[in-house]
Amino acid sequence: MIEPPLVSPPTLADAYRLLAESVYRPIAGGTDVLVQLSGQLGPPPDRLLDLWRLDELRGIELDGDALVLGALTTYSGIRRSAVCRDLLPALVEAAATVGAAQIQNRATLGGNIANASPAGDMLPVLLATDATIVVGSIRGERSIPARSFWTGYRQTALRPDEIVIRIRIPLVADRQVRFRKIGTRRAQAISKVVVGLSWVAPTSGSPWRTVRLGLGSVAERPIRVTATEAFLEGRLPTPDTAAEAAQRVAAEIQPIDDVRSTADYRRAVTARVLHRLIREAGSW
Amino acid sequence: MPVGRTAPAPPAPGTVLPDTPTPGPAPGRGPLRREGPAKLTGTALYTDDLVFPGAWHGATIRSTEARARLLAIELDPAFDWSKVVVVTAGDIPGPNIVNSIQDDQPILATDEIRHHAEPIVLVAAPDRALLRQAVGQVIVRTEPLAPVLDPLASDRVFVHYEIETGDLAAGFAEATLVIEGEYRVGHQEQLYIENNAMIAVPRADGGVAVHGSLQCPYYVHNALKRSLLLTDEQAQVVQAETGGGFGGKEEYPSILALHAALLARACGRPVRMIYDRHEDIAATTKRHPAVVRYRSGVAADGRLVAQDIEIVMDAGAYCTLSPVVLSRGTLHAGGPYACPNVRIRSRAVATNTPPNGAFRGFGAPQTEFAAEMQVNRIAEALGESPLDLRRRWLYRPGDTTPTGQVLRESVAAEEVLERAAEAAEFERVRARTAGDRAQRGPDARSAHGIGLALAWHGAGFTGSGEVHLASVASVELTADGRLVILIGSTEMGQGTKTIFPQLVADALGVPMDDVEFAPQDTALVPDSGPTVASRTAMVVGGLVIEACRRLRAVVEERSGGPFADTYRADAGTHGATRIDQHFRPYPGVDFDDTTYRGDAYPAFGWASAVAEVDVDLDTGEVAVRSVVAADDVGRVIHPVLAEGQVEGGTLQAVGYATIEEIKLHDGRYLNDRLATYLIPTALDAPRISTILVEAPFSGAPHGAKGIGELPMDVGAPAVVAAIHDATGVWIHDLPASPERILAAMDTLVRR
Repeated sequence: MIEPPLVSPPTLADAYRLLAESVYRPIAGGTDVLVQLSGQLGPPPDRLLDLWRLDELRGIELDGDALVLGALTTYSGIRRSAVCRDLLPALVEAAATVGAAQIQNRATLGGNIANASPAGDMLPVLLATDATIVVGSIRGERSIPARSFWTGYRQTALRPDEIVIRIRIPLVADRQVRFRKIGTRRAQAISKVVVGLSWVAPTSGSPWRTVRLGLGSVAERPIRVTATEAFLEGRLPTPDTAAEAAQRVAAEIQPIDDVRSTADYRRAVTARVLHRLIREAGSW
Repeated sequence: MPVGRTAPAPPAPGTVLPDTPTPGPAPGRGPLRREGPAKLTGTALYTDDLVFPGAWHGATIRSTEARARLLAIELDPAFDWSKVVVVTAGDIPGPNIVNSIQDDQPILATDEIRHHAEPIVLVAAPDRALLRQAVGQVIVRTEPLAPVLDPLASDRVFVHYEIETGDLAAGFAEATLVIEGEYRVGHQEQLYIENNAMIAVPRADGGVAVHGSLQCPYYVHNALKRSLLLTDEQAQVVQAETGGGFGGKEEYPSILALHAALLARACGRPVRMIYDRHEDIAATTKRHPAVVRYRSGVAADGRLVAQDIEIVMDAGAYCTLSPVVLSRGTLHAGGPYACPNVRIRSRAVATNTPPNGAFRGFGAPQTEFAAEMQVNRIAEALGESPLDLRRRWLYRPGDTTPTGQVLRESVAAEEVLERAAEAAEFERVRARTAGDRAQRGPDARSAHGIGLALAWHGAGFTGSGEVHLASVASVELTADGRLVILIGSTEMGQGTKTIFPQLVADALGVPMDDVEFAPQDTALVPDSGPTVASRTAMVVGGLVIEACRRLRAVVEERSGGPFADTYRADAGTHGATRIDQHFRPYPGVDFDDTTYRGDAYPAFGWASAVAEVDVDLDTGEVAVRSVVAADDVGRVIHPVLAEGQVEGGTLQAVGYATIEEIKLHDGRYLNDRLATYLIPTALDAPRISTILVEAPFSGAPHGAKGIGELPMDVGAPAVVAAIHDATGVWIHDLPASPERILAAMDTLVRR
């Protein structure tokens, strides 16, 4: 284990100042960064900026018609949050699939976002719910829509002096959100496929509006499949819709073979899970 | 479901001690584990916990290619090499050979590199930072050679066997149903909790002491003596607390001890070599992958009349224990079924992949998976219950195995099968799942299935192995009146330190707390043979009981009173009395290693498992819900530990069946980390119900036959049969991963 120098600023303003002066690797719960300190998975970071003391980045609150989560919100925090359970249960469901209890106690939502793994468990939910990632630096704050936050393999829209400070998820009336993670085992598994799906429909017989389909582990970054979304827009969750949507999503994604699964499996399972979610919504 | 722990029958009165009551804990009951409190409270000292002042840290520079010519090892002159030590093959005083069955594996590579992660250079330094720097300044120059990676294409055969009995052609001529299959099983990592670890300490007499995580102190002892040119006394091997082995610390610690000892010689200080998980998975042995081709013939009246079996095991780059792994796999390949006409041909071949070695089951899980797949597929073809088919075919007392061994006693195939099937309500559940399957629509979300397997597992070493081992176990009444067990058999989590004091207390009629267990240090204890092959309780346990009987007779003869009342006074009068008990061949057990005829094992253990699974039909994910395991262990010594062995072995088999898989690219393991090599978690574990069956073996004084490996043989075929019951598809290759299941189901739909 390599132990790079670490600074632990007491306030967010101090953190911004340090980031303005030199390049740091931010560390929060450390569940991704500590693994990189082995030095076996590429060069370890030169300097660490510990965010753990920044209480400004904690808390889950309702702000008008949005749910706002501090970047240091842990998965355990999400699982325990009555607000999340009541208003966005899919987020709680997703948090419960991350690692296991020890990881959930340390790992943060902001870290999952900034780590930008294509397999990040929460990210398809953020895509499906039109979340906004609020980032900050000494120059101020700016909001980046989730759909444009991950720009490539482990690449984000963050500038070197910026950190994720909070996540804003709009709460939309009559919106349904669904989450499925497919992993090798029931805990401590990196996903093979993650599906986050949302739509707005006042009743189960209403056509779907504002359809969002976010996917993980099927591309070099978490993606939305906009062609499949467009197909689903305005449709009812019928057998024909499900069959056609499944075919379309299978054609729209280009997953790869890797150590965890195969391209064929990922494509098939994405299609089958989407089919299942539509079928369940249509109750047929 | 009315399944639960079935208490074993108490030992038959008089079985072990015909003449006296038993004041101490006796076989059949379960005292606390001796080393349990220290492990639970964190005070147990594993190798990395041992402190040797002034110790340096050692590292291994390994090959990054599957096969290459080693051209040069260069040290960057800009680095100050005076602060560290570097060891290459030229620094080995004796033969550059890891002592094992064949003399083919070098301690450090010289001319040719034969597998990825092969050790080439050793470095030690006073601290880890300097060690890391030094390692980065060693340049290994190589020229790539074309590797052989496909075992079926390998023409380098380490060993081959052929067993033939009856008339195969006549058998197939009589057959009205012939079922063929090819089954492939992959690597499996032992994944003990504690990685391989060794500390070498120079001795004043010019020798070396090693303290490490290991199963077989005398394997390491022999390896050190041979390659470092040491005497028996100069080489000292001490087992530290060992966090699991499963075979993975049977032969590997020899090479690690040699590495640590070479570095300790070079720097004149203790050297610590503690693998991290990545190095451990990348470099150490795995279960042998195998391809098993199987052809079975069934006569019109339903008799099994022919089995033609071909086995290819992938040994990896060096021989290690492959001859004995293959031997066990070959001898068990027919499964526990009587068949008059059998041919089994097998070979273990070289590939340019890391060497494979011992792992719980030792060749048998690979071939018995194929055997059980065949039986289940035949039952399906006959439209017969897989339970009924096994009832007709299974071995009964008096039956003859393909080596000509007559199964005279301790044959419990029928009992384990019936007990497991009854407890799991196999036929009732099977009828229900058949009904569900018939009614299931194309869009069903999940499917439930049940599957059955039956296996045998030879107890102790194969063939004349026990005779060659010539194990010794000792019991000493010390001059100060203590009772000490002196054996080389190791505790690695399975219970050796608990059951031996139990056996001795029982045999001597003393409280268990009065029995001490000498440390596993080659300076103190004799060579009781390796702690492998589920042999410790049976073979070494038997020797210890015999030693106790002799000690008891000696003392009681001198004192004229019961041992328990007189042994302390006897020690005061006569001083120490030590009994060294040497292995004597089991009467009537005879095997010819050259013809493979005769009694392959003194006795067999028997196991049956019934698994129930839920298969997610969208994703192919399998949840193993329950396993009912019935295992015949001869005699239960400690019910709780015995059940623990069955539960752990079953879960390891569930992992083998469903998710455990090593993926290779150019001869390198791709998933050589805990993030990518996955085993079941507690959430993935099925409910396991254990039924312990006792069909004692008369050759062991206590009747025990061993338990560790039995559950590993049945878990995977039972789970795969249950997946078939749920989905209608057969998965011929392990693991039965969601990828394979979904692919097979799609095929089925298209048809």
